[in-house]
Amino acid sequence: MFPLPLEGIRVVDFTNVYAGPYATMMLADYGAEVIRVESLHYFPSATRGYTPRPSPALMATGARVVVAYADRTPGARPWNRHAMFNCHARNKLSMTVDIRRPEGLDVVRRLIERSDIVVDNFSADVMQRMGLSYDVLRRWKPDIIVMTMPAFGLSGPYKTTQAFGIGVEGLCGFTAVRGYEDDVERQHVPAVVHMDAASGPGAVLALLAALYYRERTGQGQFIEFAQAENMLPHLGEFFLDAQMNQRHTGPLGNHHPRMAPHNVYPCRGAGQWVTIAVSDDAEWQRLCAALDHPAWAMQEHFLTTAGRLHHQDELDACLAAWTRQRTPMEAAQHLQAHYVTSGPVLSAADAYEDPHLRARGFFHRMTHADAGTHDYPGFLWHMSHTPAAMRRPPCCLGEHNSYVYGELLGYTPEEIIHLQTLGHIGDTYV
Amino acid sequence: MPPQALDDLLVLDLTHYIAGPYCTKLLADYGARVIKIERPDGGDPCRRLGPFPDDIPHPERSGLFLHLNTNKESVTLNLKSFRGRQLLLRLVAKAHIVVENFHPRVLFSLGLDYPFLRPVNTRLIMTSISNFGQTGPYRDWRAQDLTLYGMGGEMYTSGATGREPLKQAHNLTLYQGGAVAAAATMTGVLGMRRHQVGQHIDVSLFETQAGSIDRRLTSLLAYQYTGDNPGPGDALPVGILPSGIFACKDGYVDIRCTMPWWPRLVAMLDMPELLDDPRFRTEEARLNAENRAPFLRLFYAWLQRHTRDEIVRKAQQVRLPGTAVNTPAQVLNDAHFVERGAFVSVTHPVAGTWRLPGAPARSSVTPCQLRRPAPLLGQDTERVLREFLHLDDATLRELRQDGVIL
Repeated sequence: MFPLPLEGIRVVDFTNVYAGPYATMMLADYGAEVIRVESLHYFPSATRGYTPRPSPALMATGARVVVAYADRTPGARPWNRHAMFNCHARNKLSMTVDIRRPEGLDVVRRLIERSDIVVDNFSADVMQRMGLSYDVLRRWKPDIIVMTMPAFGLSGPYKTTQAFGIGVEGLCGFTAVRGYEDDVERQHVPAVVHMDAASGPGAVLALLAALYYRERTGQGQFIEFAQAENMLPHLGEFFLDAQMNQRHTGPLGNHHPRMAPHNVYPCRGAGQWVTIAVSDDAEWQRLCAALDHPAWAMQEHFLTTAGRLHHQDELDACLAAWTRQRTPMEAAQHLQAHYVTSGPVLSAADAYEDPHLRARGFFHRMTHADAGTHDYPGFLWHMSHTPAAMRRPPCCLGEHNSYVYGELLGYTPEEIIHLQTLGHIGDTYV
Repeated sequence: MPPQALDDLLVLDLTHYIAGPYCTKLLADYGARVIKIERPDGGDPCRRLGPFPDDIPHPERSGLFLHLNTNKESVTLNLKSFRGRQLLLRLVAKAHIVVENFHPRVLFSLGLDYPFLRPVNTRLIMTSISNFGQTGPYRDWRAQDLTLYGMGGEMYTSGATGREPLKQAHNLTLYQGGAVAAAATMTGVLGMRRHQVGQHIDVSLFETQAGSIDRRLTSLLAYQYTGDNPGPGDALPVGILPSGIFACKDGYVDIRCTMPWWPRLVAMLDMPELLDDPRFRTEEARLNAENRAPFLRLFYAWLQRHTRDEIVRKAQQVRLPGTAVNTPAQVLNDAHFVERGAFVSVTHPVAGTWRLPGAPARSSVTPCQLRRPAPLLGQDTERVLREFLHLDDATLRELRQDGVIL
């Protein structure tokens, strides 16, 4: 058995909501000791749920991200039972300390002295205001690697702009190019966004590159990770098209500028859909063969990509007539058997049962002290010699205080009781 | 020039299209030396994808290729020929990393999959990126961005109530998968550096979606926690609070208000009287959906009186998430990105000068650098083969005649 790649690396994790925790999830999965630094006196919104103790009125709204507690019940310690936290918190540790007080800051100093990486996704300057600027941290631990993940970076007009991922995406161009073609009011822009999904791996890459450089040279550094800039490359072709052809790309629905057909098609049963994407004329010919060369498909204006792009609505209607007679999986399997690109649109329930994810061991059953037993979605990549494992269930608030304070930081039992009395150490929000 | 974090790493890049090239571009931007192996007959098919200047296709002018292949060297090598494969194996012996994104059976049929490479270089980190991974029932399925988002991502719940599911901007799943592959590759490199473990990494784009924080990772767990299996549907508003895209005087803005930020919203609107208004005064009143319409009437009227810039400025003042909705062209000229130099001008010998998105992160000691534009097809073939394999003129001539290199 080989050690996991990041075994022996300790990460002090000040991150909240999605982007930062997603990054530290990957570090934890592949062996780092990630210690979440939390406070009993401050509840960061949209992290361990939206509020420490949701009122019946809030639960009654039914908003799906708000009420996602195990058994849909907040329970005695709601902060340990919310899906938006528990989905990423496996393999991490949780300690509590109030860093706004001097003795709390001293705890953090002792922790950072024993750590390799410090990461936060606060707004710009928050770490500095808390007395945790890079210059301070570097005095405590000269080769520390520090990453801050403000949305827009540490300079520029938007430096202090407060925004969730989706708002940053608006400024970065992502929002303008998605949506239904006919939705001029932009009322139906999907709420699921790309920034957090992009920031996780981007931040891990930047941290591991710095860690690699430290392995080579012994030198740490400071990383300014502007989440907006990390994802701008993902729209690269749009920025080049804007320059090269002054093209203004608006929402395309599910269409594509260079492929047709390229859409989602209704299948047998309510809420059942299949995607079909044909990349070139050869694939179109294979699609015709898969459909047994129906008369509509033999029309000359469908022969070339340019023709199909021009007559896309007609094409979509013809294909929909075929897909409506099949389930998404039947349609996709039939088309894939003819080397035509297609796949079912999977709901969460469908994906949970998906035979491919199951065959590859994507889900891992775990029992969590406060949330019960569930199949946790797993790892983002497979490593042949150092496979990741669910070493620990999602961390409860303050669950690892005795390890961190006692074993790691060497506080005496008396000191620990004192810090408990002062409200630093505990497992319940004040 | 400052040092770069990965400037002692040699990457053999067997990737094409988007996900693989984005992975190796990231490694190259952090300083790795990336040698892109291209097929002699036309190279990376991405060279044939637009956008092109004035929409005129040209293999050295694809905007997508120019963007995805900065900082790389291009070597042509016909891997279908025995000598091409021999040369590749000799390069593998010198490399730290191989990244590939062929369909899973291709390298096996060429005798170049991991079990063949490992004996050549036990210290190697090999990253394979594929649509569905190297195993499993969908292994050989074809996929595009749309397929992956529909199957792995949260497309099913994206869109309006009663309408078809809606995709995001195209190709995002491929970029996301490429970024995950770069992170994965670096865990492998650190495992090699710290514990002397060479290994193979299997990245399934389907799983990079199914395990993605926003939002399938969450919804797969929320489904088990609550039994909810939502379909496309407009986000349920939380009481009266505005959260979404809203038309204003001269465009669109994105405003997101959560419960604790009600006072900030009132301050942004400069309507202190709302704090005493019985329809909005208590949290219970603000959670009452019946009060939403009266509030939105006030809110919409206010939006129509203000421009994008004014709204963003006011939102910033009160620390409420409020941002403008930019088109890609507006992003290029946005004062913030201009001031920070988020885009960098790159001059390419054939395609000309274009502004490309710059560094994904800013590291104080080892900053990312744009050292060279995307390569011309095969521009580095001779130099690389001489440098690493010490081939002489006669051998290179023979390889060219036999179509092994261009």
